[in-house]
Order: sequence, then C-alpha cells, then structure tokens
Amino acid sequence: MTDEPLLRVSALSKFYGSRVGCENVTFGLWPGEVLAVVGESGSGKTTLLNCLSTRLLPSSGAASYRMRDGQFRELYRMSEAERRFLMRTDWGFVHQNPADGLRMTVSAGANVGERLMAVGDRHYGKIRATAVDWLSRVEIDEDRIDDEPRAFSGGMRQRLQIARNLVTGPRLVFMDEPTGGLDVSVQARLLDLLRGLVTDLGLAAVVVTHDLAVARLLSQRMMVMKDGRVVESGLTDRVLDDPRAPYTQLLVSSILQV
Amino acid sequence: MATPVVVSDVAKSFTMHLRDGIKLPVVAGVSFSIRSGECAVLGGPSGAGKSSILKMLYGNYAVDAGQIIVQHEDGLIDLATASPRTVLAVRRLTIGYVSQFLRTVPRVSALDVVAEPLVERGADREVARNKARALLAQLNLPEKLWMLPPATFSGGEQQRVNIARGFITEHPILLLDEPTASLDARNRDVVIALIAAKKATGVALLGIFHDHDVREAVADRVIDVTAFAAGKIAA
Repeated sequence: MTDEPLLRVSALSKFYGSRVGCENVTFGLWPGEVLAVVGESGSGKTTLLNCLSTRLLPSSGAASYRMRDGQFRELYRMSEAERRFLMRTDWGFVHQNPADGLRMTVSAGANVGERLMAVGDRHYGKIRATAVDWLSRVEIDEDRIDDEPRAFSGGMRQRLQIARNLVTGPRLVFMDEPTGGLDVSVQARLLDLLRGLVTDLGLAAVVVTHDLAVARLLSQRMMVMKDGRVVESGLTDRVLDDPRAPYTQLLVSSILQV
Repeated sequence: MATPVVVSDVAKSFTMHLRDGIKLPVVAGVSFSIRSGECAVLGGPSGAGKSSILKMLYGNYAVDAGQIIVQHEDGLIDLATASPRTVLAVRRLTIGYVSQFLRTVPRVSALDVVAEPLVERGADREVARNKARALLAQLNLPEKLWMLPPATFSGGEQQRVNIARGFITEHPILLLDEPTASLDARNRDVVIALIAAKKATGVALLGIFHDHDVREAVADRVIDVTAFAAGKIAA
C-alpha cells in the first residue's frame, strides 16, 4: 500500500445558479480503496461523482490525480483532450443504465474491443482474444460475443458495461448505482463479481448508491450526503453500526429487515 | 511480558437523534490492559456494555473519550482517534475479530469465506484454502458444505465458519464475541483448544463468553464491566 492517495479532493463545490449541487467536499482516495457515497435522490451524490469524473466542472475547489508517472495533476486544469485520454485509459465509469455506457448497436465483442483500440491496440486477433477473456470474467458465454447488447438481459448488459470499463486496466472506476434497477438475485451476482474484480485488480472506486447494503458489501469507507453536504464519513461498518449524524441514523433506521 | 492493548478512561454513549436527542450512556472510565499470551474475559450481565467495549476495540463503534493504545507494526497507535485507513490496516495485520454472527456474502463458498483474511494479508490462495480446510475439518464442519455459500447453513454451522475465519490468521490480538454461543459440547471443546493454542503462541485475547464452562476453561482473568457503568462515574 502506498501512502500517497490516488485522488485528492479539496473543498469541491458545484452550484446550479443559487441551488447547491454539492458543497465543500473534501476527501482522499487510496489505491485499492472503495469509497461509497450514499444519500437520497437530490443529496448531491451524482453531482459529486460527475465532478470527480470531470463530466461536470465544479464551481470551486480542486481535485488532483496521481498519474502513472507518480505526478499529481490538477484535474480541472487539464485540457479537454488530456481529460478524455484519462477517461479512456486510466479511469472507468459504470452508469446505472447500461445503455448510457454501451453502444447498443454494435456487438458485445466490439463494445469491449473498442476501448482497447482507443488505447492503440490494432491487432484484431489479440483484441478479440482479450474481449473473449473479459466476457468470461464477467460470466458472459463466448458464443454471445457477436450479439448486440440489445439482445442481452439487464444483468448481462451491466456485466458487459463492467467488462468494457475494466478491459484497459484502469486504476480508478466511478460507479453510479451499479446495481440499480436489477432484480435482487441479479444484483447479488453482480455485487459478488464486482467485489472479486475490485480485490483482484486492486482498483480504487467511488460508488454512488442509495442502497446501504450495497455500500456495506462493496466499500471500506463511506460518505453520507444530504442537501449537497457530507454529513458523516468514516469506516463503512462504523457509520452503519454506530451512526452519529441525525440524518445517518434516520437512513440506517429506515432499512427494511428481511 | 508485552502489553499490546492498553485502554484508558474510555467512555461511550449513544445519542438518539430520532428520539429527541436523548443520550444513552453505555460505559465510562473503562481502563484495562491485555498482555500477550493471556485471555481476558469481559464479565457482567447483558446490557453492561461488554459488546460495546469489544466493538470500540475493533473500530466498529466510535469512542467518545479516552484512549485505546494498540501496538501496531513497530509503533503505537490510538484507535480512538485513528483514521479509517489506519483502522483498516490494524484490522488486516494486528486485530482479529470473531463476531457473534456471520455476515454472509452471496455466492462465496464457506471455504473462501474462511480463507479470505489470509488472502488479504497476501497469502497464496491455495495455501490459504488448505489452511481453511484444516480448520473446518478440526471444527467438524461436514466436508460437503465447504464449497457452498454459508447463507443457508444452520446457526452452529455458520458460527464454525466464523470461528475458522477468525482463527486462520496470526493476528497478535484477537477479539471474541461469544464464539461458542450456538455450538454443541464437542465443538465447544475444539474452540477451547484453539484458544489455548493462540495463547501458547503469544496472542493477546479478549472475549465475551456467557457459557460458564468455556469461561472457566479459557479465562486467565475476568474484567468486571459493571465497574465501568456510565452512571457510576460523574460525567
């Protein structure tokens, strides 16, 4: 474990006019760490995720990322081209709706292969072999490689989106409600898969979810957001078993027991 | 002899914001230490705060006041104020914990649940699985269950998986929250033997055991938690 974080975020705020998206968010993320950001709809968690992944520019604050050469770079001072390159190579973004992260009208294999070509791979045989390997890692049968994701179930599409994101060996992955909208049994399978991949690859991840059970299973650390602000943060099991902030207590006490 | 855990003047209360912010004091003035090679037992009736003390030592509950000094790698750290990252490192390398109930993960086999803490410490997966097999066999868990996820196991079977998971590593400090609560006599004896083996290798153990026979068999010392009742000491 290195002592330097991969991502350093300080006093990040995003305002939509006079409305607060997120305000004064500060944290560090280290390699191999999964940070869950929880809160209800409108709490600012997705705004934060979009700012971190540079899909949105913040109103104020800074975020710096440790590049592969060990140098920290200010995310919001990079050129658009540099940011796009980072997005294609070193980062992944898993959307809640797989259709937002996949190209629905090209084959599953091409969806995975496309990211490889974007980082300069040109050898068709190698690209296809890597695609087959990644499809099997996300438990999609090899004989589905030429099918379009339109013909896949929701769970399969989500697994394909994950393969597409991880094929370039990113170091940081952003996930927005990765299990939202899936059946419980499909969710369990996906969570188990994500857990395994994150551990095996030593990924760092920021996972936005409103589901505290998902946060418990995937993350080591957690931030609870309300009205754009972080109201509590800490070890995931500490926050869930000994919630301190009034809002966290309300969230935890609202979980339905089965 | 080394004293890897020193607890001084620790206090814990819960503030229930959903109940008009009433404050429930749990313990105050908690002070004790544990030496390597001994098994100390937290004693006292239900509700005295035994589990809360154990959970604070694991970083699972926040600490209101006081210090929990733990020997971690080559230094001393205060768990009461440590960052989440430090607590995670302490859990990986220094403090092990056997909880009362197993938190199961969908689709992960009992064998891998047990092997996981070793793998996290960098052990080879097959080496870890072999050690897990040996422990599960010692705890008499039928071999046909090893490759199944423990979610559907009986209480006693789950607890044995949990115990194996807690005992597989060589953490120098081990916390035990009623590890024998739902075990039959034969398996209780196995746990007593496992605890004795840990003591022999110099592990510092702190446990809660409601079972009188087990406590008699393993305890070197009983720490009376009623002495730390939050009402007794003026806040």
